[in-house]
Amino acid sequence: MTKKASSSRKSRTASEAAEPDEPFVWTRKDLLGLDDLSAGEIVHILDTAAGFEEVSTRSIKKVPALRGKVVGLMFFEPSTRTRMSFELAAGRMSADTILFQSAGSSVSKGETTLDTIRNVEAMGVDIFVVRHDQSGAPHMLARNVRAGIVNAGDGRHEHPTQALLDMYTIRQRLGRIEGLKVAVVGDIAHSRVARSNILGLRKLGAEVVVVGPPTLVPSAIAPMGCEIANSLDDVLGEVDVVNMLRIQFERFGTSMFPSLREYHKLFGMDSRRLRRCKKDVLVMHPGPINRGVELTSDVADGPNSCILQQVANGLAIRMAVLYLVSQGSQ
Amino acid sequence: MNDIIIRNGRVIDPAGGRDEVCDVTVADGFIASVGKSDGKAAETIDADGLIVSPGLIDIHVHCREPGHEEEETVATASAAAVAGGFTTICAMPNTHPPTDDETAVQYVLQRAARAAKARVLPVGCITKGRRGEELAEMALMLEAGAVGFSDDGDGVGSTNVIYRALQYAGVLGVPIMQHCQDPALAGGDMNSGASAVRLGLSGIASSGEMIMLQRDLELLKRTSAAYHVMHVSTGTSVELIRRARAEGLAVTAEAAPHHLLLTEAACMTYDPNYKVNPPLRSADDVEAVRRGVADGIIDCLATDHAPHAAEEKELEFGLAPFGMISLECALGLYVKALIETGLLDWPGLLARMTVNPARLIDRPLGTLAEGAPADITLIDPDKRWTVKVDDFASLSRNCPYDGWELQARPVATIVGGQVRYRLD
Repeated sequence: MTKKASSSRKSRTASEAAEPDEPFVWTRKDLLGLDDLSAGEIVHILDTAAGFEEVSTRSIKKVPALRGKVVGLMFFEPSTRTRMSFELAAGRMSADTILFQSAGSSVSKGETTLDTIRNVEAMGVDIFVVRHDQSGAPHMLARNVRAGIVNAGDGRHEHPTQALLDMYTIRQRLGRIEGLKVAVVGDIAHSRVARSNILGLRKLGAEVVVVGPPTLVPSAIAPMGCEIANSLDDVLGEVDVVNMLRIQFERFGTSMFPSLREYHKLFGMDSRRLRRCKKDVLVMHPGPINRGVELTSDVADGPNSCILQQVANGLAIRMAVLYLVSQGSQ
Repeated sequence: MNDIIIRNGRVIDPAGGRDEVCDVTVADGFIASVGKSDGKAAETIDADGLIVSPGLIDIHVHCREPGHEEEETVATASAAAVAGGFTTICAMPNTHPPTDDETAVQYVLQRAARAAKARVLPVGCITKGRRGEELAEMALMLEAGAVGFSDDGDGVGSTNVIYRALQYAGVLGVPIMQHCQDPALAGGDMNSGASAVRLGLSGIASSGEMIMLQRDLELLKRTSAAYHVMHVSTGTSVELIRRARAEGLAVTAEAAPHHLLLTEAACMTYDPNYKVNPPLRSADDVEAVRRGVADGIIDCLATDHAPHAAEEKELEFGLAPFGMISLECALGLYVKALIETGLLDWPGLLARMTVNPARLIDRPLGTLAEGAPADITLIDPDKRWTVKVDDFASLSRNCPYDGWELQARPVATIVGGQVRYRLD
């Protein structure tokens, strides 16, 4: 395993939260997860995204920030919206993109993940956006390649840009993050969105309660800084945000809980439950929604929902992340 | 005339309760005398400042031959063994094909004879093809030279099958060596708990080890078998074995260096060199396993040396295979975990590496008694050295201890009166 000299590893020098008046200097070439980031770095990404949000409202939706750069979109696990969002974000920054998609990463297919990346890197790629079904795959790649690595979701570990866009949306709608209480509901055990949200929200001073059946909510997640609840009704009245995670029944079937019907009854968000929430409660979902399972349609399409706003904000967040890591690798 | 005289070493022979500075003479491949010697020999070794120990025995080594000769062979494993001070290693049967009949046992013995380094004693499979379904031909393998039986890599999941294996092996007088892991709770990548959850890796619960061990101990009460617990990784297992011993059951156990030195925290960087089965556990477990070794509840030390090709350990953590190698630095690792912590003295440590494992496999080894095979390891207890995997005789490099500073190193290894290794 070849390792780069530590001197070239700019990403290892953690940027401390900057003094208010000092210009913030981003130094990371990789965005592997929110676990690595300081609160200052997270806020810096959100602020940078705010600057890019306006680009999408122009008639010519393009800035030259990444002109001449190549972004490799490496999707070792199928993805539609995250891939489209990154692709569009890179395009708006004037980067060239190349796309790799594969159905799985099994070794039996021959080429290893590392070999695939090394081959594409040889074509002159500056930043890789990596989606992978194995936790830690982007970390393994970051140790072994020179290009920047942006984690677009690794196994059940982290999905940092999703959590960043969630936090961006919360800040936009509720004006702050600190002091809020956020419920993350659903399959916490297998969710990278849950982990990144817990880490990011805690760093920015929010409280987090994870909610779901005990088979989907490991008790050992508490040390990440969240409360655990097995009843949604118990927490509804006290939270400012309810983030409903997608149940991946296409992957796990119902081996982790008895039935979708029972799941919806206990953990689904409907208008009856919405009425028991705070008036301005924000209902989120990382998509794609299983209507009638995590959310009923009236809630998903109602005034408390910000699901489409999340998607729109994802673009600004991904533009900001691509911009920052390209600065970090220079 | 003697072949070798080893002069003025600190002769530690736990089998005979000896710990004194004296001479050891070797003739015709056997120990001729231990004491003051005025005799002459073809070769004189000055052992001043060195420990003269019975040859070290490692009952748990994966030689990978046949099937994965790119990772290790019987020859390279035995070369690694003598470099680590081991005169005898037991070869685990999870080869391809598995060592599950007499021909396969003979093959390993033949490869070992040709290599002419350490003694390599095969462990045969408990079940045909390691499938956990039907008993393998244990009696025939025993006749061919197998010293124990194990489906290592997997526990025998079927209660019915392991019960029959214990009945059968009990009559043959050979130990059943169990990799305690309930198959229904296996399938993870690292220890269950907060670290696994944070890393998004699937966990291997310590209860999987406990459940199989407890089941087997119940079955053991109903048979006359000798039962050996491989690579004990949890404090709960230590307590179960302690209780079983107190009840008079014939239970022995081993601990591996990594379960004495490393915790699950090592997995935080997703480095597959720390992926091992049973997995690295908590700091409390490490402490409990150390205490178990100190108390003698765990009576053997064994490396579970598990070589893997570099490309296999360049994979994602979840896709990489289990295992790490440590034959060539094991002694220093044990010293670090057990002597430097004050838990054991040298005679205590060497008992767990010589006479105890020899008793388990029922061979007249692990002793410096007059007339015993002249398997001798000379150890410099004060030598400080740095582990360099690139200098290993092993074909593989998946060793997490690369760069570690250790104290104590074997300086010469004698097998059957032949000097098979000498540190330059």
